[in-house]
Amino acid sequence: MNAEPVEMLLNMGPQHPSTHGVFRMVLWVDGEKIVDVEPHIGYLHRGSEKLCEGEQYHQIITLFDRMDYVANFNNELVYCQAVEKLMGLAVPERAEYVRVILCELNRIASHLLYVGTIGLDAGAMTPTMFAFRGRERIQSLFEAISGARMMHNYFRIGGVKEDLPDNFERLIADLLPLLKEDVEESDRILTFNEIFLTRLKDVGSISAEEAIDFGFTGPCLRGCGVEYDVRKAQPYSVYDRFDFDIPVGLDGDCWDRHWVRVQEMYESLKIIEQALEQIPEGEVVSSLGRRLIRPPAGEVYVRAENPRGEIAVHLVSNGTDRPYRLKVRPPSFCNLSAIKRLLCESWIADSVVILGSLDIVLGEVDR
Amino acid sequence: MTIAAPFLAVTLLEVAWMVVALLAMFTGLSVVVLSLTWLERKALGRLQLRLGPTRTGLFGLMQPVADAVKLILKEDIIPTSSDRAIFWAAPVIVVLSAFMIWVTIPAAEGLVLRNLELGLFYITAFAVVGILGLVLAGWGSANKYGVLGGLRSAAQLISYEIPVIMVVVAVGMLAQSLDLRVIVASQQQIPYAALLPLGMVVFFIAGLAEVGRTPFDIYHAESEVVGGPFVEYSGAHWSVFFLAEYINTFAIAALVVLLFLGGWSWPWGAAALSWLPSLPDVAWLGPLLHLVWFLIKVYAVILVVFWIRGTFPRLRIDQLMAFAWKAMVPLSFYAIVITAVYLFYDWPAWTLTLMSLTGIVVVGYIVYRKMMEPARRIAEVKARQAAQAAQRQASRQTG
Repeated sequence: MNAEPVEMLLNMGPQHPSTHGVFRMVLWVDGEKIVDVEPHIGYLHRGSEKLCEGEQYHQIITLFDRMDYVANFNNELVYCQAVEKLMGLAVPERAEYVRVILCELNRIASHLLYVGTIGLDAGAMTPTMFAFRGRERIQSLFEAISGARMMHNYFRIGGVKEDLPDNFERLIADLLPLLKEDVEESDRILTFNEIFLTRLKDVGSISAEEAIDFGFTGPCLRGCGVEYDVRKAQPYSVYDRFDFDIPVGLDGDCWDRHWVRVQEMYESLKIIEQALEQIPEGEVVSSLGRRLIRPPAGEVYVRAENPRGEIAVHLVSNGTDRPYRLKVRPPSFCNLSAIKRLLCESWIADSVVILGSLDIVLGEVDR
Repeated sequence: MTIAAPFLAVTLLEVAWMVVALLAMFTGLSVVVLSLTWLERKALGRLQLRLGPTRTGLFGLMQPVADAVKLILKEDIIPTSSDRAIFWAAPVIVVLSAFMIWVTIPAAEGLVLRNLELGLFYITAFAVVGILGLVLAGWGSANKYGVLGGLRSAAQLISYEIPVIMVVVAVGMLAQSLDLRVIVASQQQIPYAALLPLGMVVFFIAGLAEVGRTPFDIYHAESEVVGGPFVEYSGAHWSVFFLAEYINTFAIAALVVLLFLGGWSWPWGAAALSWLPSLPDVAWLGPLLHLVWFLIKVYAVILVVFWIRGTFPRLRIDQLMAFAWKAMVPLSFYAIVITAVYLFYDWPAWTLTLMSLTGIVVVGYIVYRKMMEPARRIAEVKARQAAQAAQRQASRQTG
């Protein structure tokens, strides 16, 4: 018998229930402690960026829907903004407001999904059901507006596909109080649960400097106490017209990331309420956007705040109706890059929670 | 029924009687398991804004039957790299130990297969055997998740076995017997839950860990070790583990009722029933009422178990072990000490209640503070957040 500690190789994923899609980690474990980890990505690689080069500009929106498939509207927005910036296209006021409302609703839906999955990762089933109730309500509204619950293909270059449905005001007036309740309930059921705190606090901590070095953005960076949000740092669309706060954490651990996300849902609700007050009447798509889109040659770099962090699009055009090159900076990919640093020296059970608190979407990581 | 005759001298009739009784116990427990799965799915559904099963019969009552049929008809896959003998033996060991416990658990005064004077000793002894089955299942299935789960179960169940046994000792001291019928009989006036609440809390929590229910379900944690020892099992083999798990849950709930909630006795003794019209003098009516009352109590305890499952996340293995050795074990020793002091000095009953409540409150407060310690830092974050918001507000107004 060998009394030396024996390292075991443990394969986690791509079919493991809590690797959030098809992510694979190869863990070297010493008992229950993780010694080393080797992440494998690429199981969902569809070559989205390359596909973009073969599609006309208006067809690419659907490809962006399928990158971060939990935050479809936010993805559509950043792409549309990139093309609009390249063309120097002005978007009608009303369309901007519609976009902001839908994006913020989508942010809430995405964070609600996160609350559900982190609950499952930590072993609690019930928060999932509470969170999904709110998410279902948002998706029903999306269906009423765009005709699809996910993969909406609703934003257009220069606006949105069509005006909001006639009964939109009643729909959203019904939705918002219920949604506020859902957010509060999914917050109350999990955030300050003693066992949940024990599981998440001081787990997967990362300092602000390190987080910036890894390219963290979004709630993962704000969890470290860095007050950085593209909506504030470089306001796009009409985000400079709203009054909202950027929640920041303190320790940069899993719980702080969780808390930041929960607080962001309240902030999003605030933005939606203000946008609904300010929304003007008028056109929803610029007449230029209805024609064949052929931006001038040149390149543009546009960024926006997704639920997962800063998404950026680098678009190079050579003057044809198809982009020459389209590069996406996916927030999940950059956040996931720290997985080795976060997992080493933690427990096997922590690996699941840490991965959950990074809130990755593999469609975006692999593209 | 006493074991007076040597084994070989047992008459054929006695053997036949024993077989019938065992079959009756097996059937009864299986029905209980079916009812528990239905109840769990319904109760959890209601806690989670769902309906639970509704499609199979009235209120989905036939769902467990449908599940059972599905499980039995499923292909039973045995991994080629597994150790076949161990793989086969493990479920048998687990389910046998689960059934063996029930041989001596009485459901009413006379309703017990074989009453033993050392019944509690027998039960705690057989509760440990199941662990062997879990470890073997994990090892025999030649799966790393299985091995991890099996070893987790060994560590967890052995650690939590200690507080269970210690509390059982305290109860045995109070009742001056390890015979479950005597223990119930001595709770005719005051259930031990009132006398030794500490014991009940420790026994219930450690019992949850013993049967691997949330928040102690780490050895078969779905999100970590994907079912742990059961990961390679399918079909009928898996359903045997499932059966054992529910029988054990039922056993722990039954033991909580028998040891602390007065078993089948009515609250405040039989005198409380004096206002009722006198029952017809039928021999089986009394035991039947006892059985019903006992089952009501057990199912109430089980609903609490399901409620906890619907509320809490699960602990991590190191936190779980720390909780066992730092909170549960000292508390269970404390229970023995205060029981001994109470018995030795013959103090009035309320002193024991007071002492055990003190224990719960003190340790509970320490554990709570330790778990909520991060909350203090969170308050700091929130305060900072509020200050920042106020500052922004002020700057907006001036600017």
